[in-house]
Order: sequence, then structure tokens, then C-alpha cells
Amino acid sequence: MDIAVEVDRAVVLLDRFPALAELDLTLPTGSVSLVQGPNGAGKTTLLRLLAGLATLDSGSARVLGFDIATQRRQVRASVGMLSPDAMLYEDLSILENLTFWAALGRHETDSVDAALERVGMTSVADQSVRSLSTGQRRRAALAAVAVRRPRLWLLDEPHAGLDQAGRTIVDDLVSDAIRAGATVIVASHELDRVRPLATHVLTVAGGVVHRCEVLNSGVANA
Amino acid sequence: MREVWAVAGKDLRIEMRSKVVASQVLPFAVIVLVLFGLALDADRGTLRSFTPGLFWVTVLFVAILTIQRSVSIETASSAFEALRLSGTAGWKIFAGKALAVAAQLLAIEAVMLLGVVVLYRSSFEDPVLVVTAALAATVAIATAGSLYGVLAVGMGVRDTILPMLLLPILAPVLVAATRAFDDGLSTAAVNGWAWCSLLACFGLLYAIVGGVAYAVVLEDA
Repeated sequence: MDIAVEVDRAVVLLDRFPALAELDLTLPTGSVSLVQGPNGAGKTTLLRLLAGLATLDSGSARVLGFDIATQRRQVRASVGMLSPDAMLYEDLSILENLTFWAALGRHETDSVDAALERVGMTSVADQSVRSLSTGQRRRAALAAVAVRRPRLWLLDEPHAGLDQAGRTIVDDLVSDAIRAGATVIVASHELDRVRPLATHVLTVAGGVVHRCEVLNSGVANA
Repeated sequence: MREVWAVAGKDLRIEMRSKVVASQVLPFAVIVLVLFGLALDADRGTLRSFTPGLFWVTVLFVAILTIQRSVSIETASSAFEALRLSGTAGWKIFAGKALAVAAQLLAIEAVMLLGVVVLYRSSFEDPVLVVTAALAATVAIATAGSLYGVLAVGMGVRDTILPMLLLPILAPVLVAATRAFDDGLSTAAVNGWAWCSLLACFGLLYAIVGGVAYAVVLEDA
């Protein structure tokens, strides 16, 4: 079994507050993990750590075989993160945004067309981000993640702000990612929505994984 | 180089859409030139002899606004984080950002040069020297500014700190560019090309330091 994520006694301090306190975690490649827990439990910090955005204060972590402390650039180039901020340029169109991120990641332009089609935004691709609704921005942000064709998807509250069709798109994207051999970690409060997709359920509280439940269901086992 | 052009092209495309520099920074530059004229009591001789210094002080003011705009493009959409996530080498992002700032500054300087001819009755005795000095000084300003712009974000301080950080670093560029223009506009008997060489050295130094330091500074932005 290939290991996608391996975290050992990870400590991440935010303003001297331990957002992650000696967290241990091992996740296999191709798994879909639901990260649940109350606000402030450390879910987002965990995702940021795995994306190479949060600094490890002690402990160790390997993501997709790369050491998070010494191979941060390789980690970042291999993951895609959907965060609460859209991370899109307001004055550019959706197409221009995606083309820009594809160029930075050295991806071909066909990945842009495919991502736009996947999130159902081909017809509004030339519209500026400024003119989009909250739900459309969320879809565009999802497309920006999909364009990178990441090996590890880190989705922070991916269903937030989306209508029913948008939520289905998120679920389909997760299924597509797993079929393509990627690993997906979803931090969410919408347990009923994500649990049917999940192979692992992680309960995070106080900066540690309290419980790791392995399910027999989930999109990866389907 | 694909990433460098992508970052520069993105910034310039955003400017073409938003026209912030064209509609706010450029008029500011013209207003400052006019105000200098009024402050010096419209004495053509004085204005003409002080043109190099007035020109480059105005360019520094304009550069601060342009750099703040370049930084705000990224902070407004939390895009610094997305840039980090892209896995792109820091020096490539730095080069792209600096290139876009330089292109915008050069466009403004071209209008300002026209402005000093019209308002101050200045004339270019050595246009090649003037253009070369402007290019070298702009590279130095854009590279130092792009580095200090993201440094100010990383320090978590307000935009107002940028002039205090940047202007002391750019003081030598101001002196060298003014001296080179003194020769180019024949307002003082100096060796403009020697000052121009010094400007090129500053540009190279700031570009190298910026390229190396940007990745580190970007981590905190």
C-alpha cells in the first residue's frame, strides 16, 4: 500500500498557540478522507500543513513522498488546495485566471478547457471574476484546482456557498480525482454529504486526530 | 521563462482592465510636475536647471504608488498564497512582477519626459543617454520596489511603511539618475555615462538580491 500522507508528531504554532499539537496521521494513496471537528480544531491548519503553507515547528511530515520541511516546492507543485478565499484575480476573466495558473504549473491549455467543462462554466468563461456570484466564484476556484491536476486534493469546506448542482460537481470532481489515482482530503461540516464518498473519517480536536475511522464504503472502494 | 512572462502578462492585463495606473498614477505624476513649476514660481531657468532632480523625485513618488498597486493585486485576492502553492520558483515570480512594474514606469516616464519639455522647456542634448539612464534607473527602481513591496506585506504593516523602507534604498539611484540626466539635458557638466554605468550596477545588484531574497520574503507575505 502506497502512503500519500505521513505525519509524525507534527506541531504547528500560530502566534505561539499550538494549532496542531503532536498530530499523527497516515493516509494511503487513493483514499478520500473526511476531516471533521469543531471550529478551531485544527482542520484548516492540517490542510495548510499538507499543502506546504504552514510551517512545521516540530515533528515531521511527508506528502506524496516529499519531505514537507525540505522539499516544500515539490509538495506545493503536487497538491491542489481549495481554501475559503477564491484566490482568483477579480479583474481577469475565469478563462484568463485558469490560463494563468495553468501556465505557472506548466500545464497544457487543454487542462483549462477540461476544467471549465467539468465545473459547467464554459459558457461564462470570458466573464470577469468580479461579476460572478459567490457560487460561481466557488466553481471557478474549483476549476483552478482541477487545472493543476493535483495528486493530492485538499478541499476546505468545498460545498460551502454552492447550489445543488454545484455540490454534485464537487462530488463528481472527487470521484474523478480518485479514478485518476489521486488522494483527496476534505475538511467539512457537511458530514452527510461527504461521508458517503469517504474511505477514512478523521475526527480532529485540539490540534490532534482523536479518532481515525476506516470505512468500507466510499468512492475509492466503490 | 514561461512563468516570468505569465506573471508579467497577468499584471499588465489587470492594469489594462482596471486602468488604475493610467487613470490615477499618471495624472498624479503630471500634477506633481505642475506643482513643482508653481512652487518654483514658473522661473524657466530655475525649472530647466532643476529638471533632472524634479523628474526623478517625481518618478520615485510614482514608483511607490505603482509598486503598492502591484502588491495590492496579489493581497486583494489572497493570491500570494496561490503563487506560493503554484510551486513556481520565487525568482521567476519576482522577475515577472518587476518586469510589469518596469513597463508601467517606463510608460509613465515617457509621458513625464514630454511633460518636462512642455512645462519646463527642457531639451534633450543627448537623447541616447537620457533613454539609457531611464532604462537602467527603472530596472533598479522596479526590482528594489518589487522586493520591498512584498517585504512590507510580510511584515504585516500598513502600506504607509513602504516609502520609509524603499526611499532610503533608492536614494543612490535618485542621485545617479539625476546626474546622468544632468548630462543628457545639459544642465550640468558631468560625465553622464559614468553615472549611467553606476545605475546599471545598481539595477544588476537589486535584481540579483531581489531574485535570491524574494522566495524567502514571499513565504511570509
